[in-house]
Formats: sequence, C-alpha cells, structure tokens
Amino acid sequence: MVPLAQPAKSAPPKDLTKYLEIDRVGMVFPTRNGAFQALRDISLNVAQGEFVTLIGHSGCGKSTLLNLVAGLTTPTSGGLLCAGREIRGPGPDRGVVFQNHSLLPWLTSFDNVMLAVERVFGPYEKKAQLHERVHAALKMVGLDHAAQKRPGEISGGMKQRVGIARALAMQPKMLLLDEPFGALDALTRAQLQDELMRIVGETGSTVMMVTHDVDEAVLLSDRIVMMTNGPAATIGEIINVKLPKPRDRLGLAHDTTTIDARSAVLEFLYQKQRKAA
Amino acid sequence: MSAISIQPESLSSILQSGRAVSPSQATAAAPALSTVGVSAAPAPRALGTAWRLLAGDLAFRALPPVLGLLLFVGVWQLLAQTSPQLPGPLKVWDAAVKLFADPFYRKGPNDQGIGWNILSSLQRVGIGFGLAALVGIPLGFMIGRFTFLARMTDPIISLLKPVSPLAWLPIGLLVFKAANPAAIWVIFISSIWPMIINTSVGVRQVPQDYLNVARVLNLSEWTVFRKILFPAVLPFMLTGVRLAIGVAWLVIVAAEMLTGGVGIGFWVWDEWNNLNVQHIIIAIIVIGIVGLLLELGLVALARRFEYKS
Repeated sequence: MVPLAQPAKSAPPKDLTKYLEIDRVGMVFPTRNGAFQALRDISLNVAQGEFVTLIGHSGCGKSTLLNLVAGLTTPTSGGLLCAGREIRGPGPDRGVVFQNHSLLPWLTSFDNVMLAVERVFGPYEKKAQLHERVHAALKMVGLDHAAQKRPGEISGGMKQRVGIARALAMQPKMLLLDEPFGALDALTRAQLQDELMRIVGETGSTVMMVTHDVDEAVLLSDRIVMMTNGPAATIGEIINVKLPKPRDRLGLAHDTTTIDARSAVLEFLYQKQRKAA
Repeated sequence: MSAISIQPESLSSILQSGRAVSPSQATAAAPALSTVGVSAAPAPRALGTAWRLLAGDLAFRALPPVLGLLLFVGVWQLLAQTSPQLPGPLKVWDAAVKLFADPFYRKGPNDQGIGWNILSSLQRVGIGFGLAALVGIPLGFMIGRFTFLARMTDPIISLLKPVSPLAWLPIGLLVFKAANPAAIWVIFISSIWPMIINTSVGVRQVPQDYLNVARVLNLSEWTVFRKILFPAVLPFMLTGVRLAIGVAWLVIVAAEMLTGGVGIGFWVWDEWNNLNVQHIIIAIIVIGIVGLLLELGLVALARRFEYKS
C-alpha cells in the first residue's frame, strides 16, 4: 500500500523571524570596585537561517553577549529564548567555535569531533553511524586526511577548521562563532571565510558571529549589529546587507551595496563610537 | 639527510673493496666507482663529511662528562693518598668486583648479598610509595576540584609537609610494633605530599578553554574526568610522582639505618660497624645509580604524555 502524501504534522506555528530572541538583556559583573555594568537593555531577534555579526570596539561586550547566547553566563536582567525555549545553560543545541580553537591536545582531530558527536548522538546511534558523522564533518571542512593528527601537528587554520567541524557535527540549532578567524593570517582567514560561507549555505545554519573585522562582517552577514562602547554597552545601529548569496569576494569589491555597508560600519566605529586612545 | 643518501650498489662496492674509505681516499676512489654507480661519485665524500660531523658532535657531548668523571676520580685518588683511612678508587674497585661477583647470597638474616639489600629497599619504597600514590593522587584531584576541601586541608598540609620524614618513625613503630611496616610508613608519609600538591595544582591549572568545551558540550562529570581533567593533569601528576620517588629513595636509607633488617641503608650502617669503608663508598655509588635510574625512568614516562596544543 502506498501511503498517500500526508501533510506534515501540524507543528505549532513558529515565528521564524524570532528563532533567537534576546529580550532587554542586561549584564552586571561584580568586581572589586563595585558592580560593573557590561551590557544594558539589549533586544535583538534573529531569524532562522540568518547570519548576524556583532561588531564593535574591544571591550564593548560583544563576546559577553555571545556567551549569554551560548549559556556560559546568565544575564542579570532580561531573558533569552532559542527556538521558543529559554536559554538556561550551555547545551549542544548551540555549537560554539572559540577564538583559540580550544581543541584538546591529547586527542586526534577525529576524537575531538567524536567527543561532541558522541555526546549528542551517542545514546541513539550505532558506532558506525557516529564514525560516519565525524568523517562527514571533517570532510565538510576539508580535513578528512588529517583525521588522525593531533592539534600540535596541524596549522592554526586547520585547528580552527576542526573547531568548526566539531561545532557543526552536533547539528546545532545555532552556530556561535567568537572571533573564529581573529588569530589567523589574512590569506588563511579569507580562505576560511569562503569555506564558512559555503558550509552555511549548504547547511542553512543560523549563525551569530563576533568579529572586529569590518570586511569580514560585510562579506558574511545578512545583518550587522554594531555595539556602542562600554561600559553599559548596547546596540547602536543595525544595518542590513542586502546582497544575494552565495557571495563572491572579488565581485563584491566594487559593488556599491558593499561599499555603502562598509562605510556605514566604518562611520559608526570611527566617528560615532570613536574610542579615546 | 639527503647529503648521505647513497645508491645501494655503490655502497656495496665500497664494502666489497675491503678498504676503509677515509675522506681523502674517497675523492681518489670516486672515478673508479662511477663506472659502477649511477652518479654516485660525490656520495662517499659526503658520507665522510657526515661521519666527521657526527664524530665531532659525539665528542662534544661525551667528552665533558668523561673528563668530569676522570677529574673526580683523580681528586679522590689524591685525597686517598693524603689520608690513610679513605680507600682510593682502585681499592674500592677491587672490593666492588668481589662484592658483585656474588650479589645474591644469604648467610643468615644480617648477612646477605648486596643484591638482596637493594631489592628489599626497593620493595619498601615500592610499597610505601605505591600506597602514597593510591591515597595522594585521588586526594589531590579532589582538593584541586573543590575549593572548600582545599581550604579545609590547606593548614594541615602546610603544617605537616615540612616535618622531617624520620620524625614519623616513632609513630610508625608505636602503631605497627614492627620495624618493616614502620619504615614503609615513613616512606608513605614523606612521599605523599608532592603527589597531593602537584596533582591539586595541576587540576587548578587546567586551562579554562578546555573546561569551556566541557560546558558547551554539556559533558558528564565522568567524561570530563576521563577526556579532559585526567590528561590535562597527567604531566603535573607525573612531576609529583617523580619528586615523591626521589624523596622516598632519599628517606629509605636513613629509615633503614634506624630500623635495621635487610636493606641498603642498614647495610651501610652494618659496614660502618665493620669499619669497611670501601663498602660504604660502593653503597653510596649504588644508591646514586639506583636513584638516577628511577628518575630517568619517570622522565621517559612523562615525556610520552607531553602534548603540544
């Protein structure tokens, strides 16, 4: 018997423009000299499949905001929702890529990724399937050949790729990137940006990325969230980068939309939020 | 490496020619070889240069220690000539040859070969040190992981750590009412501190990055221990083990002097009562060598667990 095509089970109507909801979030750190307000009154919605970058001067709390989304810290006021559920702590539904790769040096690339895969899929899948997932993730970042190498034996760019593979292998709802290419040289950075674009295009991931590289923000983002200087930093401006995807680095160099977006960000950073040296 | 690569056929022809190829001869031999070898002419010369470099390097490394030892033995000889009680190197060597001709004899409880003495000392160290590791390493992990426990134990450890190991001997004799367990007790109590302290420091110094990975992945405590904590702490732990075994080997000699029985420490004391100074010097050298071997073994072990991030 051939089952008739059935309509998908009636899922609760989800507002896809509010996949991630940040609602009036504030963050106060206790310090020796009293309370330090790092963030105040931040509200932002991220749609499913959207690529959002946070940009701002160092110390403006963009990493703090990302850590709040990751669940590594809890806000002192306001709340965060991911796919309709409150973010109470870190979890494998939000894959994080750290700036300094954070691979475990005693594990091979394969085992570093396996650590994440086992955590998420271990209870449901057989060993062969888990292996398959790890290989697929490594292949996606072009590192299948280095599966048995330890982090000490591969280059900085390769380490960062393993970090991305580890985050992606969990099939997270969101990918959180904390200055993932900040420590890399310009050529490697460009190459990894291109790869990230391709991977995000293939997987349709929802991404939030912290950066202080203006070109990187323009190239990758759908929206650029610019933050004011701390203390008590908040969202200053948001610009939409209305460029079709996939984007081509060379083609965009002289594109007017790119140039406009770029100068808008630069203006914000170096005129409106000029930092006293 | 490429400088000394030679075609196999040219190498075998050198060997078959039956004469040593010194660097100067190699140049002369080269044209003759070129009929056999395929563009192998410069190879023997390169080989000679490489050998010379290698020999030079070897001499540079081996020469200073050998010179140092010779100087040491020379000074010893001079001292022995000026004071008649101190036996010179040759006398000690003769005694050592006799002693090591039969290291495993048994003529009653107080007269056994030096081999038995060393082995029973090592056995005591092994038991005392092993028990200390069994208690100290898990304790160190817990102290490192839980600040409350660290603050609880800190005053006790700070108070007891600087106590001379032998001060614990009477307590051991009191509790165990026998010399052998008392000696093991002293080893236990003196070698436990470095292991506790190094392990706990290691746990506290696990990079926050690794722990963030654990938090982001939401790993279970057991997985965190197996995959992150233990490998990260291992180098610190092994340093503690190395320090501990050094202390244990230092202490055993003194403890055995007091407790008696079979053991290298007691043996030294016995030979002192016999006024056999040659044997005392032999014992000193043997104790040094055994301690060095223990240290080297653990350094080699530690090197296997070093990782570059």
